[in-house]
Amino acid sequence: MSTIPAIRCNALIKNYGTLRAVDGLDLEVRAAECFGLLGPNGAGKTTTVEILEGLLAPTSGEVELLGRKWVSDGDWLRQRLGISLQETNLPDKLTVEETLRLFRSFYAAGPSVEDLLKLVSLTDKRRTWYVKLSGGQKQRLAVACALAGEPELLFLDEPTTGLDPQSRRQIWGLVEGFKADGRTVLLTTHYMDEAQRLCDRVAVIDKGKVIALGTPAELIQSLGGTEVVEFTCDATMDEASVNAVPGVHAVKSRGDRLSLTVEQLHKTLPLLLGHIQQNGRTLTSLSTHHATLEDVFVNLTGRHLRD
Amino acid sequence: MGQITRTTEHQHPLWQLTLMRWRIFAREPAAIFWTYAFPLLLALVLGIAFRNRPPEPVDVAVQAEPGAEPCRDALARNSSVHVRWLGAKEAHDALIAGKVSIVVIAGRSRTYEFDPTRPESRIARAVVDDALQRADGRTDPTAVQDQLVTEPGSRYIDFLVPGLLGFSLMSSGLWGVGFVIVDMRVRKLIKRMTATPMSRAHFLLSFVLVRALFLLGELPLLLAFAYWVFNVPVRGSLLLIAGLSTLGSLVFAGMGLLVGCRAQTTQTVAGLVNMVTLPMAICSGVFFSAARFPDVVQPLIKALPLTALIESVRSVMLGGAGVAGIARQILVLLIWGGFSFAIALRLFRWR
Repeated sequence: MSTIPAIRCNALIKNYGTLRAVDGLDLEVRAAECFGLLGPNGAGKTTTVEILEGLLAPTSGEVELLGRKWVSDGDWLRQRLGISLQETNLPDKLTVEETLRLFRSFYAAGPSVEDLLKLVSLTDKRRTWYVKLSGGQKQRLAVACALAGEPELLFLDEPTTGLDPQSRRQIWGLVEGFKADGRTVLLTTHYMDEAQRLCDRVAVIDKGKVIALGTPAELIQSLGGTEVVEFTCDATMDEASVNAVPGVHAVKSRGDRLSLTVEQLHKTLPLLLGHIQQNGRTLTSLSTHHATLEDVFVNLTGRHLRD
Repeated sequence: MGQITRTTEHQHPLWQLTLMRWRIFAREPAAIFWTYAFPLLLALVLGIAFRNRPPEPVDVAVQAEPGAEPCRDALARNSSVHVRWLGAKEAHDALIAGKVSIVVIAGRSRTYEFDPTRPESRIARAVVDDALQRADGRTDPTAVQDQLVTEPGSRYIDFLVPGLLGFSLMSSGLWGVGFVIVDMRVRKLIKRMTATPMSRAHFLLSFVLVRALFLLGELPLLLAFAYWVFNVPVRGSLLLIAGLSTLGSLVFAGMGLLVGCRAQTTQTVAGLVNMVTLPMAICSGVFFSAARFPDVVQPLIKALPLTALIESVRSVMLGGAGVAGIARQILVLLIWGGFSFAIALRLFRWR
């Protein structure tokens, strides 16, 4: 396996007028890993990815893909990259097969059109116009176009946004198959289940910066517990006193709701309920769930991913 | 991608891009109509509306009074005159209302009552006076012969067909390249394609090639239609007409590229295309001769690409001109083409 990072960028900055979309971003994606950029809409994910893809020039900063730079090796890189943009509109009145033949013609080497059709399960739809495909089928075709040059590095910008669960799973299957071949994937998403399932490592991005980086498990561990408890009472509870309950970590309040993480729910929950009772409060709601990357984001920013 | 075999076999990207443009065009009924059917329809409608008709007789009133009958009868024998026998007041009213062009008062001396600012009245005066003087026994000192020019080649439809050809090449070039490029940009298709190793030159060249391909249908269709339906002749070289049309087609593809090179909405490009095509449709001699505009604007009109294209095609089709006779127009077209492509390629927005 290559020791050259698949993607490396340093101090990346992109300004649009007075707005700073990317604010000094550093990133290193290792060869053969699936790396996720996770963040809410407007966090700077797409701008970052488009700079990496060579579609946007950064205001400043350095980018290297597969050890090469866009300025000196643009053509070399284009042959080795597969790109699926956030919104891909392919020509409405071209059939699936015609579209793939067109995209395949741009690359010196890659799978045959037949193989691409099989890969994305669109053989039955080969003579269907793009405009007549379902959302999931369109997205699979977009991914097939990205795979037409058998890329070493695949960029997928929000590949499953707006798709039904079955179509999402089909796309996930494609990404997993690609990963299994030892190739690199950079994926942006605002679905934490997608990032948790597909990504070896995740960078959480907010306001154009990386605010957390690690494996999904590491990031969740950083919350101090793998279970999240959320509750409200008939009157406000003091945060510090809740934090003092043994086994409780990372207490945050959102309005009158308190959210905290615990390692062992079965031990900590009875202590917490006792503490509430001792303070003369009555619970008005209580819920628990396994901690997710969403909780990591909330913990870091106080906001939800889809706020 | 485990079970997939890698192959270097693929079709040439320029061929695939051209094929894509052609397929998109051929699958759009509206595009087919505007490119192929509309010019024929226009030729048919205008050809029928402005077909050559025998000249209308002049309407003349002879004031009814004793002694005017020989005058009335002399005019009635002339096929170019339509005579009415009216009382003095009615005759005057008919003149004022434009029902007749002249009133003849035939007493001891003969008087013509007419408005000299009305062209038809001046013609009527000449026709009536000639008829009456001949009836009175006038002979012509010099014998003349009329040679009537109504054969194919000098009718309105003959004038119109080269104009329509130019108009059609301009519209399909500007809309078919300019509008389509902006539509692709709005749909982020250009961005998607530039994310592949696709050559940008191939991408742009495919538009030009497809325009040339359209021409293979447009040109023979219009010329054959005009020949079969209206007997419009082609006096010069067909090859030269094909060459001029190809050049015109490329010039307008270049201008299409230019209007579409920056625009980011289809509304903007539609406005730009109209801004470019409308003045040329009016001034360049599509429907009526560009020579009707004042002398002071003639150099400007002659410098327009559509004027150059139509003038040259007209000279070859109707006048049988060769390359030497249309060298200036070819130069104008080459300058426009070169200028449009050069600027468009410099300014083209690929995102």
